[in-house]
Amino acid sequence: MPMTITEKILAAHAGLDRVSPGDLIEAKVDVALANDITAPLAIKVFNEIGTEEVFDTDRVVLVADHFVPNKDIASAQQVKLVREFARSQGLKNYFEGGESGIEHVILPEKGLVLPGQLIIGADSHTCTYGALGAFSTGVGSTDLGAVMATGEIWLKVPPTILLRYEGSLRPHVGGKDLILHTIGLLGVEGALYCAMEFSGSVIRNLPMHQRFTMSNMAIEAGGKNGIIAPDETTLAYVAGRTSARFEIFKSDPDAGYDRVIDIDVNQIEPQVAFPHLPSNVRPVSTAGGVTIDQVVIGSCTNGWLEDLRDAARVLKGRKVSAGLRLIVMPGSPLIYKMAMQEGILETFLDAGAVIGPPCCGPCLGGHMGILASGERAVATTNRNFIGRMGHPESEVYLTNPVVAAASAVLGRIGGPDEL
Amino acid sequence: MNYSEEDFKGMEKMRVEGRIWKFGDDVDTDVIIPARYLNVSAEAELAKNCFADIRPDFATDVAAGDILVAGKNFGCGSSREHAPLAIKAAGIRVIIAESFARIFYRNAFNIGLPLLESVEASQGLSDGEKAVVDLASGRIEGGGDTFQAKPIPDFMAQLIAAGGLVAYVRKVKVAG
Ligand code: SF4
Repeated sequence: MPMTITEKILAAHAGLDRVSPGDLIEAKVDVALANDITAPLAIKVFNEIGTEEVFDTDRVVLVADHFVPNKDIASAQQVKLVREFARSQGLKNYFEGGESGIEHVILPEKGLVLPGQLIIGADSHTCTYGALGAFSTGVGSTDLGAVMATGEIWLKVPPTILLRYEGSLRPHVGGKDLILHTIGLLGVEGALYCAMEFSGSVIRNLPMHQRFTMSNMAIEAGGKNGIIAPDETTLAYVAGRTSARFEIFKSDPDAGYDRVIDIDVNQIEPQVAFPHLPSNVRPVSTAGGVTIDQVVIGSCTNGWLEDLRDAARVLKGRKVSAGLRLIVMPGSPLIYKMAMQEGILETFLDAGAVIGPPCCGPCLGGHMGILASGERAVATTNRNFIGRMGHPESEVYLTNPVVAAASAVLGRIGGPDEL
Repeated sequence: MNYSEEDFKGMEKMRVEGRIWKFGDDVDTDVIIPARYLNVSAEAELAKNCFADIRPDFATDVAAGDILVAGKNFGCGSSREHAPLAIKAAGIRVIIAESFARIFYRNAFNIGLPLLESVEASQGLSDGEKAVVDLASGRIEGGGDTFQAKPIPDFMAQLIAAGGLVAYVRKVKVAG
C-alpha cells in the first residue's frame, strides 16, 4: 500500500505497517520541545501527571527564547522555573543566555532534529523541522507535559496536500515568497488539519534555509506539518551536526493525496502580506508605497545567516530612511558570530540598524521593538495578526529579507529595484 | 478501561445555558490573549486579559456558564494554551464555531473545554442572546431555533469525561 512521507514516518513511530488519513494513533516521540512561555505550563502538567522523571533526558529540549533576556520580573520568574526544572531533571538540552537563540534555528543548527524523526513542540512553528524530512508539529502545553512524561502522543493521521513548484524563480524571489504566495492561494485555513508536502524542481533547488522558511509557515495555512523529502541538500546540512543515526523516508510515487496543487513560479514576484492575515498577499510592485516606521529582520522564519547576507547586500553603502528604525536579530549566537566575522553586522550598523540579541524579541510583540498606535512595520517574521507586534492599532507587513532591507532604505514598502 | 464516578467529573455539566459572545472568522490566539500578557501563566490573570484588544468588555462582563460562538478557523496562530485557558477561566463552558484551528482544538479538549462544530449554529446565533447546549448530543437551542452540531468524537469525549488529558494519562499510562 503506497504511502506519503508523512504517513510513513507516523506509521514507523506507531509501530504499524501502514496508516491512513483519519487513523488515530499513539506515536513515539523523538524530540519534545518547549520554550519559556509554554514550558512553565507544561511543567505544571508534568507535575500533575505525577511521573518523577521525563521520558528521556536527551530528548526533552527546553529553550528560553521568547522573553529573554528576561524582560521583566514575571518573565524572569518563568525562566527561573524552567531552568530549575531542567536542572533537577538533568536535561542535556536546556538553552539560555549565550547558548540560546530562537528555538527553531538552534535545534537544526545543533543537529538536535533530524530527518525521519517525530518531533513535537509546544510552539506552533515546530513545523519548521519538516524541511529536514521529519514529521514535526506544534501542540499546546498539556500535550507537551504528557509527552515529557510518557514519550508518546496521540495523533490523527492527516490527509496530505501535495504542492508542486515548477518553473524558474524571478530575481529576489525565494522560499518566503513561495510560502506567502501559497498561503494566499490556500487561505489561512486552506490546509486545516492537513499535511503539506512541498515538492517539485524548485524545491529541490532551494537551499536549506529557504526550505526551513517554507515549512515554518505551513501553520499559517492551518497545516499540521509542512514536509520536504530529504535529498543531498538535506544530508549536506545534517552532516557534521550529529553522530546519531536517522532514517530517510520518501513518498511513494503512487501515494494517495487529498489534493495536488501545481504552482507555476515564473509569475511569482516578491510577496507582501498586508495586515492582518498572512494570506492577505500582494506582489510588491502593487504594494502602493505604504510608508513605514520600523523594519524587523530576523525570527525563526528569516533569521538565518543567508537571510542576513541577503539583507546586507541591499544595505551595503546605504542608509535607512530618516526616522525609520531598523532592527536586526540574528537567529542564533553562531549566526551572530558568523555575521560579525563576515562584516555583515558592520554593514547593518553603518546603515543605521539596531542589532538585537538572538531571540524572538519584537516578532510576537514581546519586547525590543514594540509598535505604538498607528505605526507600521515591515517584518521578515511570519504573523501579522492584530496587535502582533504591539498596539492593536499598529500594522505589520510580512516580506522576505531583501524587500525588508529595501523598504528600510525607501521608508516605504518597495523592492530593491526601486533603489 | 473502567471509569469510576470520579472520572465523570468533567461531564457533570452536560447541559450548558448562558449568554452568547459572538466573534467572527480567523480569531487568532494573539487576540484571544495578547503576548504581552504571557509573562504569567496563572489562569485568573490570563482571564482578566482575554480578548483585551478586540473586545474589552468581555473579561469584565462574561459570566460563568456563558457560550462563545465564532466563525471559521477559531484559535488560529500561536500554540499558546494560555488562549483556551483564559477563555475557560473567564467562565466560558463551550465554544461553537464553523471550524477550529488544529492546535487550539487539541488544547481545548486537553484542558477539558468542549468545542462543537456547526456552520448553521455559528451563523444562526447572535451576540447577547441566550442559548442552551447539550454537550452529549450536540443539540443547540437559541435564537428561536434548534441546531445540531457534529457530535464530539469518541476520543475527545473520553478526554472530557476523564477531566482532560492529565487525568486521562494518569489513568491509562501511569496507573496502567
Ligand atoms: S521568532 Fe516569532 S514565530 Fe518564531 S518562535 Fe519566536 S515568537 Fe514564535
